[in-house]
Order: sequence, then structure tokens, then C-alpha cells
Amino acid sequence: MSGAPSDAVIVTGVCGRLGRSVARALHRKMQVIGIDRRDFVGRPRDIEHHVLDLRSKRVRDVFRRPGLRALVHLGVMHDPRSSPEEHHAYNLLAVQHLFECVEQFQLPKVVVLSSGNVYGPRPENPQFLKEDAALLAAGRFSDIRDLVELDMAAQSFFWRNPKTETVILRPSHILGTVRNAPSNYLRLKRVPTLLGFDPMMQVVHQSDVVTAIRLAVEPSVRGIFNLAGPPPVALSQALELLGRTPVPVPHAAARFAVERMFRWRVTSFPAPELDFIRYVCMVDDSRARQELGYEPRYSLDQTLSAVDD
Amino acid sequence: MERRTALARLSDVAAQTGPLLGRLYQGARRVADDWSARVLGSDFEERVALLEARYRLAQDPFGFDLDTARKAVATCAVFHRLYFRTEVFGIENVPEGRALLIANHSGQIPIDAAIIGCSMFLDATPPRVTRAMVDKWTATLPFVSMFFNRVGQVVGLPENARRLLRAEELLLAFPEGTRGISKPFSKRYSLEDFGQGFMRLAIETETPIVPVAVIGAEEQYVSLGNMSWAARALNLPVFPFIPQMFLPGGQLPLPTKYRIHFGEPMRFFGDPEDDEAVIADKVWLVRQTVSHLLAEGLRARKSVFF
Repeated sequence: MSGAPSDAVIVTGVCGRLGRSVARALHRKMQVIGIDRRDFVGRPRDIEHHVLDLRSKRVRDVFRRPGLRALVHLGVMHDPRSSPEEHHAYNLLAVQHLFECVEQFQLPKVVVLSSGNVYGPRPENPQFLKEDAALLAAGRFSDIRDLVELDMAAQSFFWRNPKTETVILRPSHILGTVRNAPSNYLRLKRVPTLLGFDPMMQVVHQSDVVTAIRLAVEPSVRGIFNLAGPPPVALSQALELLGRTPVPVPHAAARFAVERMFRWRVTSFPAPELDFIRYVCMVDDSRARQELGYEPRYSLDQTLSAVDD
Repeated sequence: MERRTALARLSDVAAQTGPLLGRLYQGARRVADDWSARVLGSDFEERVALLEARYRLAQDPFGFDLDTARKAVATCAVFHRLYFRTEVFGIENVPEGRALLIANHSGQIPIDAAIIGCSMFLDATPPRVTRAMVDKWTATLPFVSMFFNRVGQVVGLPENARRLLRAEELLLAFPEGTRGISKPFSKRYSLEDFGQGFMRLAIETETPIVPVAVIGAEEQYVSLGNMSWAARALNLPVFPFIPQMFLPGGQLPLPTKYRIHFGEPMRFFGDPEDDEAVIADKVWLVRQTVSHLLAEGLRARKSVFF
């Protein structure tokens, strides 16, 4: 086993594309312990992996080892296809259980990956949302509520346990090999857009998010940090840079079609997500730049083209 | 044979009319150039070039697009120079760097904002891009929201204004808001109450305020009142009753003569978080100045249309 035993970090959701990148970024400096329901394919030998449901009792045993430095919680279920009820229960019970373990074993650090989407795209939004803005995403898009509640749970944990340094990261749209809604959207050959709407967007390369997570694991950092990548870009320009063909559809028609297509399982985009290509939802990441020392390394071109990697 | 002669004749025609068409084309181009020089000013391209460095190299975070703005100004210039024949007074009062234009709002549709923006682009030296603060409601409208973003309008929130002023932009705000633009004809040139947000912002960011009086816009549409039931039914902020809309061509505003008076910049100091009453006094000063500019302008005006 490489790395000092006093320097271990638990990463949940380690088998996702982002989780694997995080594991790779950390495992040379510290012992990485992965927890996921899936198998870790192509796992580096020095990474310890536990195939576990995050709600199960045996998760506690993983926390029992001495010298744990941090928990990085990435194991948030985002699958829009599973039933919203199961989704909601899984995500919230998992985080509750993990926080109990952190409290019991007095871990010095918790890093939770939330999302800039918890603010919600709204016509009333300021162009750049600060960390203290209200989390209003669930108002128009009820299935995002588990993400909002996860963020809230992390916030309340932050206040209840001053001995543990809690970090909540809220990145804007993460692009890369990850299979999330914005990357999948930009991977379409003909990209539907909303006729007459062209909001400004922020995107961030998944490797920049990994860097931010690495920085957040360092001691003496705590709080909520928005993360943005290169300067914002209009949706139309992003599609032009990627060489995609936009297909403008009136909003009412798009909503009608996407609702039905989602029900018939033709698309994996829930209809309320259309608001993300209608209204602005951008974050001000100056706090992360100052306190975390975060600096995105990938340019706009590199970030956008990462969806085709 | 037949065909060859036919072709020969055709080529004769082409030879004769070709230069003629060419001359016609040249003539038409000259007229168009003269006309666009008259409307846009001969230095329009230089003005655009002056703004290139600032707005093209770095993407504006609010989505301002110089190409769209250029076309919009070129279109708006027809109204500015030919239709409303705007006369501009005191535009040299607008200081360099950050500034806040505070104007009276009128005319049912925000042509006044477009004309002020056009005037800052075409008449001011150096040319400026005016960032008008628009109602949040406009962000929900297809095309309108897209167009507003691209020509530099931003949703009127203090966070947005603060960011723009820190970037040394020129902001335009109408503190009367919707109440101002939709006022009926009988209340023309009487100012509604001013909001206080702009004053707190100006103090906080140490921004000079330039009072602006727009004369002529208040008569462009004669509104007899607000049909609040129709506004409620259509989910609009206001629904003015404008009889001229029912006449053919009455949808266009009346060709009144616009006169824009820019006052001297006013600077305010103190605590931006001060009591309502303290801020209200400062707001009152600005409102009085706009009111005074309006009164003077109206006194000097001989006719609404000339």
C-alpha cells in the first residue's frame, strides 16, 4: 500500500467517470478508498475499493480505519430514468448515513460535489450568482430537489459540526467524457435550441473540477465554492465552435415534444431541463479563485471539444 | 442560323445595356452611400472600429455582440436622424468611464432607450455603448431577450449594474420604470416617483449620475389609459389604450421631434446603506434636475413635430 496510513481519503461514486479521474488525481499522494455499487474496472492497484450500497451498514466499517483525512462524496445518483422516489430516497439517505459516519469517526474534512444548477435557471437571475444566492432550482424542476436537498444537508452539517471542515463545490456545467446532461446535449449532432432564446452559458472541463476537488481536500479550506471554467459564452457560439447544427424549436412545441419523448423513453432529457437553454444560470467563482486557489486551466475550445473525447 | 442571329442580337442588347446597368448600379450605390453617410455619419465605420478593441477581443459576459449592435444602430439611425430628427444637447456632459444615465421614461414602447443608445453611439465622442437596465419580464420573451442581450441590455438587478459599473460601462436606467413608460397622454412630462436603487448603487460605486431629459417621446403614442383587465388577462405589466393603433399605419409612433438634453454630471457621497429618507433626498435632487431639464426643453420647444 502506498501513501502514509495517516493520509487516506474515501471517495464515494468512484466508478463514475469523474470519480475515476478524482481517484487517479489523488492516489499517488494519498491512499484512496473507493466506495461504489459498481465494480471499479481498470482500478490502479494501490486503490482500495469496496462494492457497497452507500446506505448499507458495512459503509461504517470502511470509516473505522485510522488516519482518514477526508471524505469526497461524488456518489450522487443522477439517472433521470430511475423513479424519482427511489432517486430521492437513495441520494438523501446515502448522504445522511455518510455524515453520521463522518461525525462518529471525527473526520477532519468532507467534500461534497453539488452543482451550480441548484440555483436554477430563472429570468430573474443576476448574470452571476454568488454562493449566498437562494437555491431555487426545484421551483420549476421538481426532480432536481434531491440535489438541492443534498446541498442543504451538507450546509446544515457544515454548521452542526465545526470540527469537520465541510466544503461544498457548485460547478457550472461540467463537460468531458462524463455522461451528464450538458455533455450529452452537446454530443448531439443536431442540437435542438429554443427559438428566440440564446442565453449565456458557463462550462467547465471535468479535469478542472478534479483539480478543484484536489484543492478542497487540502486542510484549512471550508465553505461553499462556485466553480466556473473559461469565460461565459452564448449557447449559439458554443454550438458554432463545436460545429454543431442548431435546430431552433419554439419553446411550447419543444416542451410538448420533450415531455412526450421523455415519457416514451426516446430522450433522457426531462422537459424542465429546457430552462437551462432558455434562461441564465451562471455562477461567480471569485471566492474559489481567492480562497481555494482555483484557476481553470482549460480554454473554451478545449472544454467544449472535451465532450467528443 | 436563326439561333445564331438571335444570339447575336441578345449579345448586342447585353453590350448596350451592360454599361447602362453598370452606371445605374454605380449611381444607386452612390445614392445609398450618400444616404447612409447622411443617416449614420461618414465616420460610422471608424466609430465601430473604436469599440472593436473593447468588445470584440474579450467576450462580454452579458452577451453583447458588436455585429448585432452595429446593425441595430444602423436601423435605429433611420428613426434617430430621419423619422424623429433627434436634436441632442449637452452630450459632452457624459463623462468618460463609468456613468449612470438617469432619464424620464415615456412613449409606451422603449424607443427612448433606443434613441439614447443610438445617440451615444453616433453623436458622442468617443462613441459609447449604452447598457440599458431592462425589466426582468423581458427575459421571458423569445427574440426580445436574445436581441436585448446582444445589443447590450441587461436585466436591471443591482448585482448586474454593479458588475457593469466596475467594468467602467455606461448604464442607462429609468427609475420611473413601467409606471413611467405607460403613463397616459394627460400626464405627459410629469415625472412619476423615482426608485431608490440607482442612488444606492451610484454612491456605492462612486459613479457620476447624468440626468437626461427626453422630449418628444411622450407624444409618440397618445394613450388614453391603462386597460388593467386586458393586462391581467394577457399577463402583461400594462396594456395601454391607444386609439391611433386602429388607424392604418397608426402602429408606427407619431413622427414627433425628439430632443435629448444631457445635464451636468452629479456626484453623490455618503453611506449607500443609509436610511430611506436620506437616500430619498438625494433621489429627489436628481428627479428635480430631470424635471428642470424637461421644463426648460419644453419652454424652448416651438412645436411637437418640428
